[in-house]
Amino acid sequence: MQTAISIEKIREDFPILKRKVRNDRQLVYFDNAATAQKPIQVINAISNFYTNYNSNIHRAVHALAEEATAAYEMTRDKVAQFLNIKDRQEIVFVRGTTEAINLVAYTWGRQNVNEGDIIVTTEYEHHSNIVPWQLLTQEKGAKLEYIGVSDDGELILDQLDAYLATGRVKLVTISQMSNVLGTITDMPEVMRKCKKAGVRVLVDGAQSVPHMKVDIQQLGCDFFAFSAHKMLGPTGVGVLWAKKELLEQMIPFHGGGDMIREVHKYETTWNDLPYKFEAGTPNIADVIGFSAALDYLNNLGMDYVRNHEIEITKYALEKMSAIKGIVVYGTKDISKRGGVISFNFADIHPHDLATIIDEDGIAIRSGHHCAQVLMERLDVAATSRASFYIYNTKEEVDVLIKSLDRAARLFKL
Amino acid sequence: MSSNADIYHEMIVEYSRHPSNFGKIENPDVTYHDSNPLCGDSIDIFMNVQDNKVSDIKFNGRGCAICLACSSVLTEIVKGKTIDEVKKIQKEDILGELGLQNLQAVRIKCALLSLKVLKYGIYTYLANKLNDTNADALKQEASTLY
Repeated sequence: MQTAISIEKIREDFPILKRKVRNDRQLVYFDNAATAQKPIQVINAISNFYTNYNSNIHRAVHALAEEATAAYEMTRDKVAQFLNIKDRQEIVFVRGTTEAINLVAYTWGRQNVNEGDIIVTTEYEHHSNIVPWQLLTQEKGAKLEYIGVSDDGELILDQLDAYLATGRVKLVTISQMSNVLGTITDMPEVMRKCKKAGVRVLVDGAQSVPHMKVDIQQLGCDFFAFSAHKMLGPTGVGVLWAKKELLEQMIPFHGGGDMIREVHKYETTWNDLPYKFEAGTPNIADVIGFSAALDYLNNLGMDYVRNHEIEITKYALEKMSAIKGIVVYGTKDISKRGGVISFNFADIHPHDLATIIDEDGIAIRSGHHCAQVLMERLDVAATSRASFYIYNTKEEVDVLIKSLDRAARLFKL
Repeated sequence: MSSNADIYHEMIVEYSRHPSNFGKIENPDVTYHDSNPLCGDSIDIFMNVQDNKVSDIKFNGRGCAICLACSSVLTEIVKGKTIDEVKKIQKEDILGELGLQNLQAVRIKCALLSLKVLKYGIYTYLANKLNDTNADALKQEASTLY
């Protein structure tokens, strides 16, 4: 039975939300697609580690090392449970989504992609799911192809069929939720097509995992990448999940301590999974902090998170659509959209708009959002983006609407 | 501290809607392009030089109101000046003209992109055509503008 969750109670857990910014304005934080704020539980977990049991992990036998190792490894179990991952050995801690994708490109990609092969991505990818593949395909003489985006902000998945029909596609790498449009990718359909063609699939979950329930076994992909800092956790922690048989075949990404079994002068054998891919001292404190973030989201339940965002997004879309001159990009179908609203306001440049709105204490993002390929597709230089999370309220949306009105007056719209 | 919103005064908004010297010059004596990777602002500058003076200047591109207003003011200042005078233009000259002396750090690059492009353009012109030994110093100055 679901007990009522109070938004006031949630907001109390986030010390930063009490902050005043600029001219003593109450902070309204609408830049959650870039990074989420951290609850006190996460801040305390990190502080507690450094205060009470800071130690390196996996090697020493002393008490601190044992406690630190246990806490670090417990996070791995929590990730497994959070995403319904069968085997904890398939979970590799990395710095973030970007590193996870680069790891796959530099190891599996180098081993498996050859001249004339095709890697398929989409027009709404973040640069982190484009550039590593440009580097790989250029090195290998392979081709990078794009699934287009429709005017409704959805992928034109029919285009995938044509690429798959060539028989040369080695990987389809695709975001589960666009960081600009908020579009939720129709993953069952992508997986159905790719499975039929026997093609591997990498899913960029940086925007999806923080905002909706994700079940990796149900998803059925081969690689999955996401970051902790967009889901209440600290920066510098991310996860690469991959099927065990793939991780076993893959060469190591970084060489160094902890990833080895035996090192001799001219040869080395690798440690077991996942440690083969975790060279050097990892980001212990922040992995432990991430554990507290997972607890926090588990307590709320991902259904609550998604429903809360649907409510806020719906409200914001309604209010914004009523303002003359505002163009909202992406689908109007809320069931296919996360809590992200990219928009432009008449001829006001997004950077000017963000500066004016910032004056009222509101943090939104302006620019290309690391998605220049999509900006080209939308034929805009930049957009403004408001993105929501568990602590945002309708009252905060009202503050934004009022501020947009002020911008309109300044620019004499 | 001045309010950031104060920067959006009449003149800035007016320039953003109707920038001065906006457009292209065919076969210019001096041309240069640069963009700001952070926000995507993109500016081209075109100049013709006659008797060592800037006889015509235009700029083209996309940018925010700050960028367009500063580019406009820059081209107005530069037109008719000698190359030596143009070399001496400082960022304060542009910011001062529009009352942007207290512009927040993150927006300074919007304001100064066109000045940077102009300085690089002049440097390239001097280096190529006049073999000016001070061209390197100018390039150094352009690269440290912001």
